[in-house]
Amino acid sequence: MKAAVIVFPGSNRDGDVAQALELVTGRKPQMVWHGAGDFDKADLMVIPGGCSYGDYLRWGAMAAQSPVMAEVTRRAAQGVPVLAICNGFQIAAEAGLLPGVLMRNAHLKFVCADVHLKVETSQSLFTSRYQAGQVIRVPVAHAEGNYFADDETLARIKERGQVAFRYCSADGAVDGPLGEEANPNGSIMNIAGVYNEAKTVMGLMPHPENAVEGLFGSTDGRALFEGLVEALA
Amino acid sequence: MKARVHVTLKNGVLDPQGKAIAHSLNRLGFAEVGDVRQGKYIELELTESDTAKAKARLEDMCRKLLANTVIENYSIELVGR
Repeated sequence: MKAAVIVFPGSNRDGDVAQALELVTGRKPQMVWHGAGDFDKADLMVIPGGCSYGDYLRWGAMAAQSPVMAEVTRRAAQGVPVLAICNGFQIAAEAGLLPGVLMRNAHLKFVCADVHLKVETSQSLFTSRYQAGQVIRVPVAHAEGNYFADDETLARIKERGQVAFRYCSADGAVDGPLGEEANPNGSIMNIAGVYNEAKTVMGLMPHPENAVEGLFGSTDGRALFEGLVEALA
Repeated sequence: MKARVHVTLKNGVLDPQGKAIAHSLNRLGFAEVGDVRQGKYIELELTESDTAKAKARLEDMCRKLLANTVIENYSIELVGR
């Protein structure tokens, strides 16, 4: 699998995701600077976390209009998969690659913690190595991860199975009264990640790339990258 | 000419910053303050002199960049020199 990592001024998890990709593919991904109008063929495009363009105007808004995103959007339309993590998720949502939008956390605080996620389906490029309903533990680190979509959009993405991950408790409880631990940011329906309609683009706020080796305390994110390698190799 | 653009959250969209502002004002003794909604004010200098054309371009700017219409409304005001 040949991966390309898109790098913006202010990206800061590009190195982390590049390392995770190298770990599972055995080769360094192509790093693509934001001004690039074109780049080498890639089987997977990754939009990493950070604070692109200083999060000016709205987080992800400026990056969504950068030259490289026009090319990412063009390739995504042709079916090239996109993994959008954290600020990458915000960028992909702003670029219209994914439904909804990420807002300021409901409690207004930056949250940096391990969270539990429920895998909604194993029927995707990104989650084939997980079981539907499986609970995984990965970290989040963001101040604007509060997922929002209007009722119509929510009903549609629910019906089409476009919800990828939901925040849950350690034993997998998503519904019912939730503490801050289970829903770290106030996201509607506890949504932590979504797909586009074709399920070739996935955005999520948590950082699977920071849960790929024992040293991290969790290796639950590794299966996501291994699943991609299996599907795209 | 100059344009003033206000970007505000749509009704029904939770505004935690507005809530925090209301809370702080209440705590400072401004008990009369109820709901607070906050937003952005953007001032733009334009070279366009035709009002209708300027307005159409500004609409485009708002939809493409200045506002995220999933959660935000915008209003445009043009001011002559």
